[in-house]
Amino acid sequence: MNISLTVEQEQIIQDVRAFVEEEVRPFATHFEEQQALPKDLIQKMAARGYLGATFPKKYGGLELDPITYGLFTEEIGKGDSNTRGLITVHVSLAGECILKWGTREQVEYWIPQMVQGKKIGAFALTEPDVGTDAKSVQTTYVKDGSNYIINGRKKWISFGDIADFFVLIASNEGKVTAFIVERERKGLNTSPIPGLLAGKASHIAEIELNNVVVPEANILGRLGAGFTYVVNTALDHGRYSIAWSGVSLAQAALEAMVSYSRQRSQFGKKLRTYQFIQGMIADAVTKTHAARSLCLRAGELRKNGDPEAIIETSLAKYYASKIAMDITIDAVQVHGGNGCYNKYPVERYFREAKILEIIEGTSQVQQEIIAGYGIKKYYTRRES
Amino acid sequence: MELKGKIRNFIEENMTIYDDEAVFADDDNIFELGFVDSMFALKLVTFIEREFAIQVANDDLVLDNFSTVDNITNFINSKVA
Ligand SMILES: Cc1cc2nc3c(=O)[nH]c(=O)nc-3n(C[C@H](O)[C@H](O)[C@H](O)COP(=O)(O)OP(=O)(O)OC[C@H]3O[C@@H](n4cnc5c(N)ncnc54)[C@H](O)[C@@H]3O)c2cc1C
Repeated sequence: MNISLTVEQEQIIQDVRAFVEEEVRPFATHFEEQQALPKDLIQKMAARGYLGATFPKKYGGLELDPITYGLFTEEIGKGDSNTRGLITVHVSLAGECILKWGTREQVEYWIPQMVQGKKIGAFALTEPDVGTDAKSVQTTYVKDGSNYIINGRKKWISFGDIADFFVLIASNEGKVTAFIVERERKGLNTSPIPGLLAGKASHIAEIELNNVVVPEANILGRLGAGFTYVVNTALDHGRYSIAWSGVSLAQAALEAMVSYSRQRSQFGKKLRTYQFIQGMIADAVTKTHAARSLCLRAGELRKNGDPEAIIETSLAKYYASKIAMDITIDAVQVHGGNGCYNKYPVERYFREAKILEIIEGTSQVQQEIIAGYGIKKYYTRRES
Repeated sequence: MELKGKIRNFIEENMTIYDDEAVFADDDNIFELGFVDSMFALKLVTFIEREFAIQVANDDLVLDNFSTVDNITNFINSKVA
């Protein structure tokens, strides 16, 4: 697989790596303690174009192709999952679906401001009683002259507490529609959700909508096309981002595991010399390489606009999040007591990995999709 | 291959129904028949964009455009015309 990058792409990856080393990784625990990403960090990311990583250059974005965007996501995710989460939500979920399905007015209004960090976007699909069965959202919209009135509640919305607008999914008798809803709309309130396992600095919030009025011009896509087109587009991009996030946690945990095993001694010998420890390292190396290969393949297909990209992205998301969980568990194990202590990053990786198996379609949903694909594709009519 | 044939092939390869006997006419609504799921719709859009070098955008999101072999064919013809 050819992943040779141009000088410009290589430069972007080097820049983001240096940025993460300087501004993100050393502060990841601090962000969690503060339960917030600093505003100036977000502005620094905007100044570098990161908040428009994949958006066209004509709107000020970096226009990264899928492979470079994947490598970019990996670099950020190795430093801090909350910071990476901002990119996932703002760029891959909210941004990509506005770019794909927005009217020209919507694109020209929102995208440049998103690049500049003047408007932060979030994606509001999940509700207290509706998660996986996303088609059944209970938040409602009704037409009122040339406006729509929205009522309902959204839950677990990443960056929901600081977002300037939401791509929000609502239903009218089963006709699911996406709306762009600005924070300042009357009747919209957000409240942070404390006490989370991870994503503690991701400003995760609940949203309440009480008779929120939005004009027709705020419909994203078409009336009734919200699930099939907008949600699916957002989740497809989100899955691609989460797949690379899995690789980033796997890689970070692998590096931590190897480094610790080379430094720590027991019974007068380095941990790395013990076969049971080597078994965990071998599995971690193999699984990380395999997951990265799946991500690169999905990236290549996405770059070529190949319809197979959608299923390959699902596969990459399923596998990368699964092995991120496996490897972060083993990284904690290799660290022993220190692995359970937040002065070492592996306990954070371990908590963050679990989230990846739940968001953008749980692992069970991915299995169902992948099984359906396999049952169709690998059927041979031979009798034996 | 003629346009209709290409579209039919694509649908048949990606149907989420595993019955060998499943058949549909050119004017059957494949979504209503339950032959395809909602992820198929996005895949179909990607297929149309790549195969026929056209952009499917906001204005085209009239659900009927993609519901039958005939409608998909008409839609593509209208875009490439
Ligand atoms: C940190 C974090 C951030 C999030 N950010 C966002 C966000 O920004 N925007 C947003 O809209 N949502 C967000 N979510 C919500 C997330 O997308 C949902 O939690 C997820 O879709 C699962 O829905 P649920 O929690 O309601 O679980 P449920 O749907 O109730 O699922 C519970 C369990 O049942 C399984 N299950 C459900 N249906 C089936 C089935 N048909 N077959 C087999 N198993 C099944 C699931 O796999 C899961 O294991 C976030 C969640 C977290 C934890």
